[in-house]
Amino acid sequence: MNSKPVPTELLTPGADGRFGEFGGRFVPETLVPACEELERAFNDAWNDSLFRTELDDLLREYAGRPSILTECHNLGAQLGIRLILKREDLNHTGSHKINSVLGQALLAKRMGKKRIIAETGAGQHGVASATAAALLGLECKVYMGAVDVERQSLNVFRMKLLGATVEAANSGSRTLKDAVNEAMRDWVASVETSYYCIGSVMGPHPYPFMVRQFQSVIGKEARKQFQEMCDGADPNVVVACVGGGSNAMGIFSGFVDAKTRLVGVEPAGGAAVGRGTPGVVHGMKSYLMQDEYGQVQEAHSISAGLDYPGVGPEHSYLASVGRAEYPSVNDQEVIEGFKLLARTEGIIPALECAHAVAWIAKEAPKIQGQTVLMNLSGRGDKDVAQMMTILGDQLD
Amino acid sequence: MKIATHSPGVLETHLRKTRGVGRKILVPYITGGLTGWIDAIRGAVANGADAIEIGIPFSDPVMDGPIIQMASEKALRDGATPISILQELRTVDVAVPLIVMCYYNTVFRAGHDRFANTLRDSGVVAAIVPDLPLEESAQWASAAEKSQIETVMLAAPTAPDERLPRVVDRARGFVYAVGLLGVTGERTELAVTAVAMATRLKKITDVPVLVGVGVSNAEQAVQACTVADGVIQGASVVRRLLEDGADAVAEYVAEVRAAIDSPIASKR
Repeated sequence: MNSKPVPTELLTPGADGRFGEFGGRFVPETLVPACEELERAFNDAWNDSLFRTELDDLLREYAGRPSILTECHNLGAQLGIRLILKREDLNHTGSHKINSVLGQALLAKRMGKKRIIAETGAGQHGVASATAAALLGLECKVYMGAVDVERQSLNVFRMKLLGATVEAANSGSRTLKDAVNEAMRDWVASVETSYYCIGSVMGPHPYPFMVRQFQSVIGKEARKQFQEMCDGADPNVVVACVGGGSNAMGIFSGFVDAKTRLVGVEPAGGAAVGRGTPGVVHGMKSYLMQDEYGQVQEAHSISAGLDYPGVGPEHSYLASVGRAEYPSVNDQEVIEGFKLLARTEGIIPALECAHAVAWIAKEAPKIQGQTVLMNLSGRGDKDVAQMMTILGDQLD
Repeated sequence: MKIATHSPGVLETHLRKTRGVGRKILVPYITGGLTGWIDAIRGAVANGADAIEIGIPFSDPVMDGPIIQMASEKALRDGATPISILQELRTVDVAVPLIVMCYYNTVFRAGHDRFANTLRDSGVVAAIVPDLPLEESAQWASAAEKSQIETVMLAAPTAPDERLPRVVDRARGFVYAVGLLGVTGERTELAVTAVAMATRLKKITDVPVLVGVGVSNAEQAVQACTVADGVIQGASVVRRLLEDGADAVAEYVAEVRAAIDSPIASKR
């Protein structure tokens, strides 16, 4: 077995916001009081049973939790493994993003903020934010890289339909990284009235910790459901795709103390952990794709949601202590993974999750007979138009 | 007001002396690596700048608005690196202190000690790191101090009263009063927060207080200087360098200098 003996539980960062050497709060002075206020507000809310009940009710009655597990009998048999999916794609708005957004939007209201700001890559976090804002009566502005506005036009329309304003980020690489920059600039100017609803386990403390806590519902449910399905056993391997890393942290959080191998699959063109070095951007110290002078490099991935040169600091920590591993797959493998799950199981995955499928298919010969739990964090509807362009008439 | 207990470095000594003779302090910001940037520095100094802030372009400048973003992207496209900028800076022989503004990853990537030494060896006396707040600054501050680099701290309008003295305590050279809630860039009017911020700071420190971010023309500089010891002008300078070249920077600095030196300004 590849699994390591793991006594550790997840870290709760102290005032310095660190996971090991990673994390922290590297923000302009203007934002420091806001981060401190948020840290206090979150801790207060998280320990308030009324807040937790309100959130749980929303997750159940609005988002549709708990999400189910689905065993992939066909693909499992084909690969020689037992493959089980955690179906975050079945949540309202089509991905795991809603888990954190409902929590953050409730928190924003509790803090008396009337407006939320969000960045989005593939548009899933933007749609989830726009949705929560509509539900809770908040104003919502979403920043999205101009390149992503183009390739995810369906989600742009959905956000607008939900009443959000979408602003294309035209600076830099015009993808997720630049959307984060624009959102942070907005926040610097609007910090007194606005809440920055970050889409992943990234950014300055307390965001990586807070978003992980909100997403930990995935891991908590999945552990219990998996044990019920598999006679009390834990999976040999848990797999999730990693951009910023929130769906992965969500499911990992349930298994950090198990003898389960944790695998975060990065895109080859955005492999922050796999190919990056420690750096500081977007308020955090973490692995980062950068040049010798510390200029952040542009990520290149077929999936807008993973097109990010950094990664959440807790992943950097888990990688540095050897608790989780972060292989990468290339765009071609992802396309094959996308088709594979659709054809064998009748489930069209988000391109982000197709990274996890691709890794599982590649790794299968080495893990014959093992149980694999994959977080299917989003559905592929949003990617169909893009795939139609890429695959065209190759589909017969 | 608290009298600073640290011994002032080259920058702070120079600024205190300037203030001491009743002169308002003018610090233009120039993006390193832009076409004409060295001439712009010379022109600015010849026309009354008391120090120069040189921006090292970064790929993800979250404290900067469109003008300085554009300048940074352009300089990077033209091949500017921290090393090339600092090397070119060695060739500039001007009589005022040089300050570097850079985002923290530039420092972190190079290594704290190495970066501080490189600054010193390039004739730079101070550094502004806008995404390195007080709580994260200890490591850099100690490396900087070893190399006699003064670390300017930013003080923002959002800081509660209990926080400001702690920020000011760590400040060397001067205290950078952030004039508004927002990123760098030109505004039609000086935000009320600019003078308010300078007032709060002047009450608690005798370290020079300079207002920057959103001080966009001569008139606004005069307004800020009614309370502050001086101003930093960024986007308005960089826009002129981008649009009309180094001579336009020299002219503009002369205009602002004249305005803040005018008897009306100093009486107010």
